[in-house]
This record gives sequence, structure tokens and C-alpha cells, in this order.
Amino acid sequence: MRLKDHLKRVDSKDKLNGRAKYIEDYYFDDMLYAKTLRSEIPCGKILSIDYPKDYPNVYVIDGRHVIKNNQVAMIEADMPIFAEDKVTYLGEPIALICGEDKDEILEFMEKIKIHYTEEKGHFTLDGQVFTHQCFEKGQWSELDYDYKVEESYETGYQEQLYMEKQGFIGLYEDEIITIMGSLQCPYYILNALKHGTGFDESRLRVIQTTTGGAFGGKEEYPSLVACQLAMATYHLKRPIKLIFDRREDMAFTTKRHPSKTLIKSYLKDHKIIGMKIDIKLDAGSYLGLSDVVLQRAMLTMTGAYNIPKIKVEGRTYKTNNVFTGAFRGFGAPQSLYALELHMTHLAKDLGEDPLGFRQKHFVKKGDLTATSGIFNENIELNKMVHRLKEMSDYDSKGKKAHVGYGVSVVPHGGGFTGDGEATHIKAVVRLRKEKDGQITILVSNVEMGQGAQTTFTKIVQMALDIDLDKIRCEIPDTFKVPDSGPTVASRTTMVVGQLVYKACQKIKKYLNEEGVHTAEESFKNPEYITWNQETLTGNAYMAYSWSVLLAKVVVDPLTYEVSCTDLWGVYDVGQPIDEKLLLGQIHGGMVQGLGYALTEYMTSKSGAIEHFAFSSYAIPTTMDIPKMHTDWIINHYMDGPFGAKAAGELTLVGVAPAIAAAIEDAFKIKSFEIPMIPEKIERILSHDQAD
Amino acid sequence: MTKQININHVNYDLPLDLTRRLLDFIRIDCGLTATKESCQEGECGACLVLVDGEIYNSCLLPVGNLVSKSVITLECFSKSKIYKAIENAYLEEGAVQCGFCTPGMVMATYALLKKNSNHTLESIRLDLSGNLCRCTGYQTIFKAIEKLIKEGVDINERF
Repeated sequence: MRLKDHLKRVDSKDKLNGRAKYIEDYYFDDMLYAKTLRSEIPCGKILSIDYPKDYPNVYVIDGRHVIKNNQVAMIEADMPIFAEDKVTYLGEPIALICGEDKDEILEFMEKIKIHYTEEKGHFTLDGQVFTHQCFEKGQWSELDYDYKVEESYETGYQEQLYMEKQGFIGLYEDEIITIMGSLQCPYYILNALKHGTGFDESRLRVIQTTTGGAFGGKEEYPSLVACQLAMATYHLKRPIKLIFDRREDMAFTTKRHPSKTLIKSYLKDHKIIGMKIDIKLDAGSYLGLSDVVLQRAMLTMTGAYNIPKIKVEGRTYKTNNVFTGAFRGFGAPQSLYALELHMTHLAKDLGEDPLGFRQKHFVKKGDLTATSGIFNENIELNKMVHRLKEMSDYDSKGKKAHVGYGVSVVPHGGGFTGDGEATHIKAVVRLRKEKDGQITILVSNVEMGQGAQTTFTKIVQMALDIDLDKIRCEIPDTFKVPDSGPTVASRTTMVVGQLVYKACQKIKKYLNEEGVHTAEESFKNPEYITWNQETLTGNAYMAYSWSVLLAKVVVDPLTYEVSCTDLWGVYDVGQPIDEKLLLGQIHGGMVQGLGYALTEYMTSKSGAIEHFAFSSYAIPTTMDIPKMHTDWIINHYMDGPFGAKAAGELTLVGVAPAIAAAIEDAFKIKSFEIPMIPEKIERILSHDQAD
Repeated sequence: MTKQININHVNYDLPLDLTRRLLDFIRIDCGLTATKESCQEGECGACLVLVDGEIYNSCLLPVGNLVSKSVITLECFSKSKIYKAIENAYLEEGAVQCGFCTPGMVMATYALLKKNSNHTLESIRLDLSGNLCRCTGYQTIFKAIEKLIKEGVDINERF
């Protein structure tokens, strides 16, 4: 097999014929069902809870049943497994109600009366600062500029809307607590279980089941539910199944952070010489991963451009809104929406071509990054722009009524920020040659639709040149696979894939030997990565992937409806491992980005999410999607498998600013927020007329 | 005589609660889990089944409406030749990612092929508009269907 040969996805057949088992498809003898009792207010003290009597087959599991620490260990351990004396957001879990019969559980829950003292909640980005980060590049005192432009941008919630809802089963057998479920990060959950129960990993087991989409929504959130189920199954000694309702999932689980970004650009001779940026994210009432999301938003904030002087500040805010978390792009969709639309505005004000204006600022190999690290790899942005123009009608587009074009150029760093891979994750992968010559791939990175198993299989096939049917991916199960880190941060192919490739070199010598042999490989920091987490300076990422996009929209001048008819994209993801897998990521990312730009409107009022059903939160359907024209350049990265870099998140990040710019072009307006629903366009147009 | 419902050529007695959703009856009572539940409100198409040969969202159907009707789920459909053709096309084009919308997409694909053989990209888009997918951006699914139309399938097969 060669790189350009398409490997049929190894997981597809059973998904097609319906034999793949997702968590809701599992049944165990003697199994109980659980449903979450949630706070009905966003902020207040719990005085007491009256549970109905005469339900001998219904069990309440709450804070009193926590074995060790009533805390979910994430980065901090600030979130309780079950709220006890106070609640901090609407829908915060207070207890699990478990029983044999779902209807009986619901009947029981209807009769529960929770007595609160309600307190005033904070719902806007002006209250309590959770975390604050900043970094600078260059000497600000010497700035000699012609003029400055100051703009402020806002983005709203975005819901991951994986097709499979959150769901888990807890089991207690032979003094071992097992959590099975739809999840991205088996070892994140294991660590949370250790902290919550005080047990060691010999008594705790996490198994991933076929996962029906995740997009970050099953990164940190499952740790919370897993801890709850662990306590329940430990006390009740029975299997317990907890599958969320869709509305519950949409209203109460993590989603993309709403943001406000202020950008001040200082220009001289038609070029940006300095930029000050201030970004605010709504974290909700618990920190979760929000500070890390903030850091990725900030570190990527000057995008593809070499700006000599930079000052970036960021804050997460503590509110009583639903708590926010990981979602494909992890902060970058917010900050690069702001930056890229701002670049379009600056070009427009100067009367320059938006791509040409960007090209004047493009970074190149050897330049300093925003965080004063060095771009180590070849950067082929000009080549990509050239290809984009060849593919599209960019140069001949002319001016047609109700038609608009917009561009974006964005990077996305692969792997954890800075030296996070080496200091926090410390990934380990294993390959095992079985007695019968089969190779088993042992990693904790999960297949969640992105093609991880197919990618690993192809890497092993090519590295060892053995038959495909001799390669098997072990199910991510903490009793079987080592901790190769979470399935996040555009790291699976680039970082873990490279470790799998290196392990292949070690197992090679055993291929023709008798018996079982294992090869192990662990992550070592490349010597070109230096990072100071205190000052946020150095090489923020090992390597960057890039996209150059063009969007074309047709707008309705009466209803302000926008139809994105075409998206052109040129990508640099190093060397694609499989072109069809890459296309799957590109198309999926484009469409999710389209939703972020246009239709996925989710608001919160006094802490209550107002769009919590498929019928009120509109993701793109087959009728809403544009023609997608795609290409990529090959630009090998020396520390990725066969030269591969990351592709998963990048494909979403640049879409919204390109579409927003196209809408502006069609309506001759400037806009400062997404999603651009017709009501917002109408507001801008009527405001412009009033001026 | 107890009222019955026919699922995959097997007769089942209807439950006492005639408002029970067909989806729950299939998945829980019959243990047929190929059909998936996602949106729970008839928006996404993950729970499509065939009722007397037509596709329906089983999350919106009370079993009481299905007396003496014939329901076919993916468990039965996947044994057919036409399913095999659909499977091959989806595999070739890489049209499956997380797979959760896939059982519904497969049923919708069958219905679309059965409807007529003169599909255009526009009519494929229209016929699939009740099936939501969050992973693929739909492109590879369109390609798989275009391939099936080009190669031709026997839509008169009984299964």
C-alpha cells in the first residue's frame, strides 16, 4: 500500500450494517437505569430536598455517596461530582435517581421538591475574572504609527451536536468499577475516578464503546458523569445505564465558549506594525478546560501574520451560565474569526485586495511566532494562495449584485501547547506481535468518526509492509492500552501516529520470531521546542497546519437570507496519510464552520440555554451546504508520520470569517458578530441607513 | 385476538401501551438495536425504518398505528443484495465516519433509489434533507449514491 492508495475505513462495515454497538445498545442482566436530578435555578443554596417515600425500587445517589472526594479532577478540581449545599448553574447535577423502570424514575422525579434560597446570578462578561493570561512581543514604547483601528467582535455558543448523545454504563464486579461509554479520553476519566474514589487503577477501568461523534463534547464532560455513575454502581452493586435525553444534552453539557475580542491595530505605510488584543471567554461556573481554551485562543491570535509588536491579554469569566468546554478548534475559532474579519476590514479601508493585504504580512520560515518562538517549518502560504486563485474565480469575480466573496488564512497548531506533550501528557504507545503474527495496536486514542483506527492501521501497514488483515486496533480500555494521551488537540495523527510509526521500527525485528513480542515508544520533546508556561513564550506548537479559504455567498436582499454556494479551500497538513480521510475532515469541518457562521444560533437567558432541540438549533442539512472545492499541498513535517501534520480542527477554524466577509461584500456592510442570522443583518442594515 | 405488528417478518403482540414509540418497541422490546435514536423529535432521520416499504421516523410513530403493518429494520434489510450494493458504495467513497447517522442514511438511500432512477444531485440533496449528519459534510454520501445510480441496482428485490 502507498500513501495515495485509499484504505477503506476499518470501522465502517459494522457501522453500516448496524452491528456496531454504541453504549445505548448494551444491556446487562439486572441493569438499572439512571437519570440526573438537576438544579432548577442558576444560582443559590440548597436548603433541603424532599424525596417521595414508598418507592422501594428507586435509589437516590448523591454527594453523601461519594467515596473519597466530591470533586471532578480536571485541571483544577473545582467542580463537585454532585452539588451539595449550593448550585451554580441551571441544570447542575445534584443526584442520580436510579431504578429498574424508567417510568417509575420519572414519576419519582416529578415528586421531588428541592428547597433553595435563590441568589443573584452573573450572566455577562463583566463580573468575576476566573483566570488572566498575557504575553507580549517587541518594545511598545518605540511605536511610530500613522493611524490605529479598534474593533470589537463577538461570537456565541456553538453546540457540538454529536449525533450520539452522551451515555455511559457503570459496572461493579470483583471489586472493580468499570465505566463504559461514548468518550474521547479514557485516561482523563481514569484520573477523575481515582480522585473521586481514592482507588488505584487496579480497581478502576474505563472502556470506550463505539462513539457516535464527539468534536470535543466528549473530552472533559464524561469525567463528571463517569464519577457519578462510579459512586452509584459502587453502592448499588448493579450495572447502571445513563443515557442523556437530547434536550438535556443540549441544554446542560459543555459547548463552545461565547467570546468578546477587542483588537487594536497600529498601521504605518499600509502595514500593521503593532497589535493589541484582549479576549474574553465565558467559562461558566467551573473552570474545566476554559483556561487552556483561552491559551489556545491567545497563542494563535496573530494567525498567519508577522506582526512586530504584539500584546495579547485574555481572561476567562466566572458566570452562572452553563459551563463551556472543548469543541473542535478549542478557542481558535473565536480568536481567528475576530482576527481574520479584522484583516478584511483593514484591507477594505485601505482599498486593498483582502488576499494581497494579508500576503504582505505572511509569516515565513525563521520568523518569530506571536510568542517569540521560531517558525521551524517551511511555510507555503503564497503557493497556497496561488493555488486557490487557480481553482476559483477569485481574480475574475467582478461585481455582481447580491453576490459576495470573502477569504481567510489561518494556522492551527498540532498537539498540546508548548511542552505540554512532554510535561503533562507523556504519551506511550505499544505494538504487540501476537503468536499468530498479528500486530495489535495499543493506544488510548479513540475512533470517534475521524478515522483514527484507519490512520493507525495504514501507518503500521506501510511501516511494516504486512497484510492488512494482520493488523488490529485494540479497543481503548485502560486495562489493555497504555496512556497515549487524550483524543484531542489535533494530536492523534501527528503525535501519536508518529509514535506508532517509531514503534513499528522496534517491532520489525520480531516479525519472523516465535512467540509474543511487545515494542513500546514514548514521546520525547523535539529539541527545537522551548517553552515557558509562566510567560507564555517560546514555541507554542511543534508544527502548524494551514488553510487558505474563499467563500462565495448569494444573499436575498429582501429576507437577508444567506446561501453559501461555494467554498474553496487549499490546505497544508504536511503529507495526508489518506486522502479520503482528509477529505472527510475537510468537508465535515467546512460544514460545521458554515453552521458556526450562519445558522447555529444558541443563546442563554438568565443562565437558561434557549435553543436546546434540533428543531430550534439549526445545523446544516443537505440543502444548506455549498459546493466544496478542495486541494492541498504536500509539505512534509519531519516529526510527523510520513510527514503528516494535523487536519481535524484546522478545517473548521477558517470557515466563519471567510463566510462573514463574503456576506459583508454582498451587503456592503461591516459586521462584528456570528452567527450572521438574517435578523442581525437586518439590524446592521437598518442601523447603517439611520446613520 | 391480540393485535399484532410484523417486524422483520416476525409477528409480535402489541404492548398494552399503544402510544409506545415504535423506536422503543424495536430497540428495547425486540432487542433490535441497529436503528438509532438521536434527536428524539423527528428532525434527524437516525431512526428511519420501512413501514410497508416507505421510510418513517420511528421516534414519531406510536405502535398503535401499526396494527398489521409490516416493519423492516436494518437488521433485515442488511441481508439483501441491494444493501450490499449500498454498503460497497459507502465503503468505496468513505461515506461513514462516526456511523451514528449511517443506519438512517442507508434506509433513506434505499428509499431514494426505489423512488426513481433519474436522480440529479439536487434531487438527492432534497431526498436526504431529513437525514442529518454532523461528520461528513454529506459530500461522500452524495458520491456514494451517485455511484449507485450510475451502476444501477435492482429495486424490485424482496427482503
